[in-house]
Amino acid sequence: MTESPLSPDGGPAPGTQGVRFGFFTDTSICIGCEACEVACKEWNGVPDNPVGFSGLSYDNTLDLGANAWRHVAFVERPAADGEPFAWLMASDVCKHCTSAACLEVCPTGAIFGTEFGTVVVQDDVCNGCGYCVTACPYGVIERRASDGGAWKCTLCYDRFKGGQQPACAQACPTDSIQFGPLDELRARAADRAEEVVAAGHPRAQLYGHDPDDGVGGNGAFFLLLDDPEVYGLPPDPVTPTRQIAQMWRTAGVAALAAAVAIVGAVFGDRR
Amino acid sequence: MGSNMAECHPVGFQWVVEAQARGATVFHVDPRFTRTSALADHYVPLRAGSDIAFLGGVVNYILSGDHDFRDYVLAYTNASHVIVDGVALPDDLDGVFSGFDESTRSYDHATWQYGGEDVDIVSAAGRRERVVAEADRVEEGGQAFEGVSIEKGGRIEKDPTLQHPRCVYQLLKRHYARYTPELVADACGVSVEQFRELAQALCDNSGRDRTSVIVYSVGWTQHTTGVQCIRAASIIQLLLGNMGRPGGGILALRGHASIQGSTDIPTLYDLLPGYLPMPSVGRHDTLDSYEQRTSSRKGFWANSRAYMVSLLKAWWGDAATPDNDFCFGYLPRISGDHSAYRTAIDMLDRKVRGYILLGQNPAVGSANSRLHRLALAHLDWLVVRDLTMIESATFWLDGPEIDSGELRPEDIATEVFFLPAAAHVEKDGTFTNTQRVVQWHAKAVEPKGDCRSDLWFTYHLGRRVRAKLAGAGRERDRPVLDLTWEYPMTGLHNEVDAAAVLQEINGWGPQRRPLNGFAELRADGSTACGCWIYSGCYAGGQNATARRVPGSQQSLVAPEWAWAWPANRRILYNRASADPQGRPWSQRKAYVWWDDEAQAWTGHDVPDFPPHLAPDAVPPADAVGVEALAGDDAFIMQADGKGWLWAPAGLVDGPLPTHYEPHESPVRNPVQRRQSSPFREQLPHEHNPTNDASYPFVATTYRVAEHHTAGGMSRHQRRLSELAREMFVEVHPELAALRGLEHGGWATVSSSRSTIEARVLVTERMQPVTVDGRRVHQVGLPYHWGPNGTAPGDAANDLFAIVLDPNVHIQEVKSATCDVTPGRRPRGRKDPG
Repeated sequence: MTESPLSPDGGPAPGTQGVRFGFFTDTSICIGCEACEVACKEWNGVPDNPVGFSGLSYDNTLDLGANAWRHVAFVERPAADGEPFAWLMASDVCKHCTSAACLEVCPTGAIFGTEFGTVVVQDDVCNGCGYCVTACPYGVIERRASDGGAWKCTLCYDRFKGGQQPACAQACPTDSIQFGPLDELRARAADRAEEVVAAGHPRAQLYGHDPDDGVGGNGAFFLLLDDPEVYGLPPDPVTPTRQIAQMWRTAGVAALAAAVAIVGAVFGDRR
Repeated sequence: MGSNMAECHPVGFQWVVEAQARGATVFHVDPRFTRTSALADHYVPLRAGSDIAFLGGVVNYILSGDHDFRDYVLAYTNASHVIVDGVALPDDLDGVFSGFDESTRSYDHATWQYGGEDVDIVSAAGRRERVVAEADRVEEGGQAFEGVSIEKGGRIEKDPTLQHPRCVYQLLKRHYARYTPELVADACGVSVEQFRELAQALCDNSGRDRTSVIVYSVGWTQHTTGVQCIRAASIIQLLLGNMGRPGGGILALRGHASIQGSTDIPTLYDLLPGYLPMPSVGRHDTLDSYEQRTSSRKGFWANSRAYMVSLLKAWWGDAATPDNDFCFGYLPRISGDHSAYRTAIDMLDRKVRGYILLGQNPAVGSANSRLHRLALAHLDWLVVRDLTMIESATFWLDGPEIDSGELRPEDIATEVFFLPAAAHVEKDGTFTNTQRVVQWHAKAVEPKGDCRSDLWFTYHLGRRVRAKLAGAGRERDRPVLDLTWEYPMTGLHNEVDAAAVLQEINGWGPQRRPLNGFAELRADGSTACGCWIYSGCYAGGQNATARRVPGSQQSLVAPEWAWAWPANRRILYNRASADPQGRPWSQRKAYVWWDDEAQAWTGHDVPDFPPHLAPDAVPPADAVGVEALAGDDAFIMQADGKGWLWAPAGLVDGPLPTHYEPHESPVRNPVQRRQSSPFREQLPHEHNPTNDASYPFVATTYRVAEHHTAGGMSRHQRRLSELAREMFVEVHPELAALRGLEHGGWATVSSSRSTIEARVLVTERMQPVTVDGRRVHQVGLPYHWGPNGTAPGDAANDLFAIVLDPNVHIQEVKSATCDVTPGRRPRGRKDPG
């Protein structure tokens, strides 16, 4: 029997550096209690995000940002096409992309990939340039107005050293938020997705689980009961830096075409 | 049903989610589509206040389709018992049962009794303060609303063929015959198909091999017919054989942590620890008269004298002797209704001078909270102990009546003392959950500043009062001075050792040897016990409530996780999990069974039955107490050992649940001519009026996951407040269009009691229902808000009248009427003159 990569407290066991850990958020059993938001803020000392009354169902957080590292979306989906009214709830979080745009564009090295395969911002190194903010295909990372730094979920990197799991996962009463080694989570999620579809949710789907997607797969991925757009998630996110090679190729082709045209123009007249 | 478990009990809801993962089907029946509905397999909308019509429909569905678990019903319920000649049902008598007296709006239970020779049943529940009023009318030893079961000898007439027209089974069948699926659809606003789907699923999933559970919360209790809602569920579960069995039962989810504990060791005026009735003036002058009126001939209540004497020994120690009735005379007596609502009215009438509020915020949390604020302003003094500066402590300074100019601080004579309280992480103690599991919790940090625990407050208050009385030599002070008031102190603040209190609750015998359980209690004064049902929690000097063996390291029943009363038993009445011969109903549902070889009951749980009483045992005719139980008397605390489909006594408002409309309802009773329960308790007062027909919509209150009750624990918490900062009102798009309400804008909600404002949330989750061809709109009002804290708002409870269930004095705030209009409420000062 192999040793469990998880400690008795549910965090990474000692010696698991090199194993990639992440979240599987199974929104089919999210009850929208928002304990994840509260636990995250308490542990990480995240400042208030006073939206007041938004009117968007029970969502008074609205979006992930510098002051909201977990965000529970509440979607009231009207009855349509024979399906009854549904109230969809989903706890969103930084995706900890395999190919993390924020990390790639960070000029100071403030954002780094950890030994657990997670993506973390070092506040004391961040110079507040904001490149990461525009680079993130999910709109997760944000500069905080009060200190200018960029902030987002750390997947509770600081708790790992004590063998603790992330605060949100520990607080989640229904295990909608599951923490663990990514390969295990992906296998579990695939089974669960099949179950949920069979149980009468034809549009249920995994989101961010695929290593071949535009961001190389997420370290924090989801089982959704409907299309990502319904939850306000981008359907086909792409790491902008992935385009660089393509951009250069495109530029090269364009340059070549221009050169040909110029050559044509120069020599054509002489014909 | 009547529960929003996912939002209000999110931690417990993990087990519902786990049950679903194991194949359970969850139906959620509720007026609102809540976070619970979102997770349920089926959502069934229901008009607020129509629960009994719905449940009665289920009873009718079971009986008319012969879906009852007949072997179980015959053995363990009173289905075969024949009721005396003269019994009549609401169908016969225009909406009431026999024995109704219109002038007093009360019942004489004589025609609800079992037939037979010399039988008289008095049940455990009842409206005890009526005892006093009725003492003159009730013959000595006769039928009275007493605390516990009394059976007067005799043989009950039974018809095991269930054919006798007056047997309980036939009465049930006749009473619920009119509760057809079509009537349910019309009365409740559900579709016939939805109703049938639920009823059939419930029947299919009950029987030998399967069990179903019903979960309710305050969505049932907060009605003028609250107790009868739960009775209706009991009838369903008894008919389907779902009581006393694993995966069955009725789960009552409590309002917040340890409410179960606060009824076991009660904060209620009419109870003493362990559900012993509080003595009444004139009825219980001596221990003998108390015993005579509270003991039963049969079952464990026969030993109530031992429980009471042991309680008196715990409280008065050596001062309690056989010669002085063990100080029984020191106990306070009740002389009427002293419940919280009656007391508030009494304050307005200047009958109450001082008041101590511990963890309660009536200025926000009680029905007609405006009346409570006015009442508090009539006191001489008020002590508020709470975690935060709640509205009940500041009503005199900046309450809504001060804002409006109706009251002025300088005119309010109430002297208010605010004493900051310690939270549960700042003290040792126990929580008792709804499964009766008593769980010890240890202090994590010292309380800050002047914050102290309730135990500290109570002990040191007693110590100071005793010091002031000592030496005065007055006889009237003896009850206080003779109290055993010695406890070890710990810590920086002279905190009382909570474990020492738990040891006293557990009880001890000679030489302070800890008791192993209530069976060891004696009436001769040799044992002391603070609460008989908790006896055994500290057996052998070990704090069993502190046990924390993980579920993975013990059986499914998890007997080593803390300790459950009574006797660490996890499912009550579990004798019913075996058939009359003592064999499990099925292997799949095996739980407790008779071991013929060992001549004893055994199983996964502690058997809830005399350990060696054989399944076929028949007691001698003259037996009393536990010895009077027969081998198939599974419901051992009932006077006749049977589960009560029909309640021959004990309920103020009828032997069977029958549908009455709420006190305020825009709908004519679709089931019977009598509109509202004639027994509902109204407290007429100028500040407690009833809405007339000009309030067209149904108003219902509830909680959201983000806040806690009246907000004292959440509106001062920034993390929670930011999730739900503003008071809001939920309305359907149709109602919004009807009244011109703008989503995200403001609305004014009004009743004849008060007017409040809230932000408008237009949502399809608040569905209107069609009843009698009319659209009935429901207005959703979370009740967490009040003027204080970081998330202030108007209090929904301002809108509601004080009108109560007559059995237990619980307010009807799940269904009343209101109006709603666009814009903010009027402001400005009235002339206080």
